[in-house]
Formats: sequence, structure tokens, C-alpha cells
Amino acid sequence: MSTSVLFDAPGPRARVRNHLLTVVSILLVAAVLWFIYTGFDAKNQWEGKIWEPFLQATTWTDFVIPGLLGTLRAAGAAAVLALVFGAVFGLARLSDHKWIRVPAGAVVETFRAIPLLLLIFFIFYLFPTVFGGGDYAFISVVLGLMLYNGSVLAEVVRAGVRSIPKGQSEAAYAIGMRKNQVMRLVLLPQAVTAMMPAIVSQLVVLLKDTALGYIIAYVDLLNMGFKILPAAFFGSLIPAAIVIGIIYVGLNMALSALATWLERRSRRSRKSIVPPIAPPGPAAVGMGTGTPGAGALEGME
Amino acid sequence: MRWSTVDELIEYGPFLAEGFLENIKLSLVGFVVSMVLGTILVIMRVSPTPVLRAAGTIYVNVVRNTPLTLVLAFSALGLSDTLGLAFSDVPRTNSFWVVALGLSAYTAAFVCEALRAGINTVPMGQAEAARAIGLTFMQTLMLIVLPQAFRVVIAPLGSVVIAMIKNTTVATAGGYLADAAANMKEVFDTTGASIPIFLGIVVAFMAVTLPIGFLTGWLARRLAVAR
Repeated sequence: MSTSVLFDAPGPRARVRNHLLTVVSILLVAAVLWFIYTGFDAKNQWEGKIWEPFLQATTWTDFVIPGLLGTLRAAGAAAVLALVFGAVFGLARLSDHKWIRVPAGAVVETFRAIPLLLLIFFIFYLFPTVFGGGDYAFISVVLGLMLYNGSVLAEVVRAGVRSIPKGQSEAAYAIGMRKNQVMRLVLLPQAVTAMMPAIVSQLVVLLKDTALGYIIAYVDLLNMGFKILPAAFFGSLIPAAIVIGIIYVGLNMALSALATWLERRSRRSRKSIVPPIAPPGPAAVGMGTGTPGAGALEGME
Repeated sequence: MRWSTVDELIEYGPFLAEGFLENIKLSLVGFVVSMVLGTILVIMRVSPTPVLRAAGTIYVNVVRNTPLTLVLAFSALGLSDTLGLAFSDVPRTNSFWVVALGLSAYTAAFVCEALRAGINTVPMGQAEAARAIGLTFMQTLMLIVLPQAFRVVIAPLGSVVIAMIKNTTVATAGGYLADAAANMKEVFDTTGASIPIFLGIVVAFMAVTLPIGFLTGWLARRLAVAR
């Protein structure tokens, strides 16, 4: 339903009311902005002195860019590993052999249900006891992200392959293809097109979740902005928070836009006969793909 | 590996349970506030007033693309410490509310998106009929469209709530160091990584999230709008 059917084309009285509401809502939004502005102003947060570091090139080269690289390095490593993990376990769940299917399902469902931060903490404390001392912040973040997002991607892979109509594999078997040929030549090429948007939106989640590294002192963008930068430039916490907030939102919006573009493209695509699948929910809820609103979850964790 | 230390789970059990209770409290506040905020946001996003529509859209898009850790760290260090936004004189109570409201503000964006998807499934004829009998925008929404939309998106809302419960562990980033994750970390500082303790907390979370998943799944089937 297009939302415009919720109200009539405004007549004279409704137009007056609409204008009135517009004015009131502009005032409301302005009041909120004003409240924030004066609040910051009262604490001298708009002073040139604390914003000045962001005009110097060294602040960017010494703090912001290394932080951003830390975030991107963790996200990149975790994305590659999670895609591999997801492909392996997603296909394992589709196996004809029960002894592969069931353990793979157990692994995927377990890691999807564990709060990611607990997983990261656990790895962070487990590794020193197993491998001796050292800095395990990077490894913990990457492994935690891999296990959680890999499990979600496994569900995406499974849903993608299962969304291909049965006739496709039946036809492939009928012309004498082997199981692996059916998967490799017929099912996967079509499934990947349908999966692509869900995969990219899961990568947005992964990129956002690298910020959890902040809690175990992994030097990422968030850590630079909230701990290291304010320590170097006294009083610059709010400016730093605003600057890195804009960077995070910009990065994620660009990735989300890519996901939307891919979704529109694969809806038009003739490579696959199925529409793009919705990303699965965060836990075993038995929510089938195609449930209205399932996509609303994109990026929640 | 530390399988031999099941007694650690028993020794620290009450301390960890205390922390887990804080996660439950955060979840309860977060559930109520984010549902209300999310509903207000979705009304804004479909309203006939362009300014409200734009404000709602911007809010949802910005919040959805911000890491929760940043939202909570900003609420604690920025809003609470720097600006002096205070809900209580007791530091612990204050940071509880800072985290609870940060979490709600974050979750509300996802509630809004779920509801909007639900509104989109309500057939056009429903709203047209409502308008034909002279209902206003708010009446159409409150009496006809939203009740149907809520019933359609019970399962996705359940998933949003489950994700929110798991997200309560990020409270640490908001300076609230009393939840299960913070307590687990504190125990690990003395015992080292302990598998029984980790599994104990994980099972506690599953004991809450899995029933919610099944309950919302069951409710979604039971209350499905027959069309």
C-alpha cells in the first residue's frame, strides 16, 4: 500500500491544517536542535579551540585515518572469513548426509544466538590462557565477527539455494548431472544473484559491529575518537565524536545504498528466476524468508 | 582448557545472575520505550506533513547506520558526562537510564522500519474505505491500518526484540558496568577464561530469547490477518 492513500488530497481546510502542522513541526524540530545547540554552547563545545585539531592535517594522518584503517582492516578480514564460513556451513546444512547437516545446523544456530560481545570477550580471555601472552584484540574482534556473521550468512546461503524452484535441480538431475554439478552449475549461480543484497546488508552489520572492538581496547575508529583523540587534545571529545559519527554513518550509508542498488538490479535480472531473499532474523525464530518486514532487521546487530 | 572448573560457575553464579537481571531490566525498559518511540516514528514517516516525514526518515537512516557502541558511548561520555544530562544523582542509576534510553533510541528505528513494512502490506482498499466513511488521517491509522500492520509484523518485531535483548550486553560501552557481560569480564579477570561460566550466560540468554522467538512465531500464526 502506498502511504499516500492514508489521507485525502487536501481541501481548503485540510491545507490550512497541514500548513499549521508544518509550522508546528518545524518549530518542534528547531526547538530540539536549539536545545542541543545551546546545551553544547553552555559547555563551550562550539569553541574554535577544541574544533581546531580537525583543521590540522596531522590530526587526520595521526589519528582519524589510522583509526579508520583499523576498523576497515578488522572489517575486511572478518568479511572474507565470514563469507567462507557462511558458504561452508550454509552448504553443509543443505547436505544429504545427516551427520554433516545436523552438526552444521547446531553450530550455525548456536553462534547466531550468542550475544556477539560475550563471544568476543570469551575469545579475548581464552586465547592468552591457550597461546600465552600477547595482544589478541584484533584476533578476538575478527573471530567473533566471523563466527556470528558467518552463521547469519550461512542462513542466507541456505535460504538462497532453497529459494530456487525444485524444477531446476530436477531438470539438472534428469540430464545426468552429478550432485556437485547441479549445485555448482545450476543452483549456486542463480542463488548468488538472489543472495547478493542480503549478503551486502549483512556486511553493513559486520562493519558496524567492528565498533565492539572499542570495549576490548582494539584501536579502531571509535577508540581513536572517544579515547585517544580526546586524550591528546583536551576537551575535544564532542567534536571527535561528531566527526567519527559522520564517518561511520557515511560509510554504512554508502554500503546500504550498494545493497539497495544490487537488490533493484537483481529484481530486474534474468540470470535468476527468483526475487532477492530477505535477510534472516537474529535467532532461531522460524521466520521464513519473504515474511513482510523481515528486511527491517537489516543492520540491527 | 578449563573444563575442570564447573565449581567456578557455582561460586560466581549469584554474581553473574545479578548481572543478567540487569540485562532483563534493560530489555524491559527498552521494549516499552522503543515500541512507543517506534510507533511515533512510523506515524511521522507516513504523515501528510512533509517536515515530519523528512525528520522521521533522517532519524531512522542516521540511527540505523550508526554502531550501537557509538550511540551508547556518545550517550554516556557526551550527553551525560560532558553536557551533564542526569536522570538521577546516584551514578549507577543514572547510567542505567542513559543506557536504557540510548538502547531504546537505537531500537526504535528498527521498530519503525518493521511497522512501515507492515503498513505496506495492508491493502489499499482498507485505507480508501476508511477515508470514504470520513475518518481522518489519525483515525485511519489508529483504527484501521496500524492494528492490521502490527498483526502482520509480530514475527519481525519479535526478532527486533531478540536482537535488542542481545544488544543489552553492549551496556558496558555506555558506562553501565553491572550487566552480565561486565560481570563475566570481571570474573574472567580473576579466573581467566572459563568455559562453564561462558556457557552458563549463553544458556541464560537463550532461555529468554528462544521462548520469545517461539511465542512471537505462534502469535504471528494465530493473529495472522486472513485475506
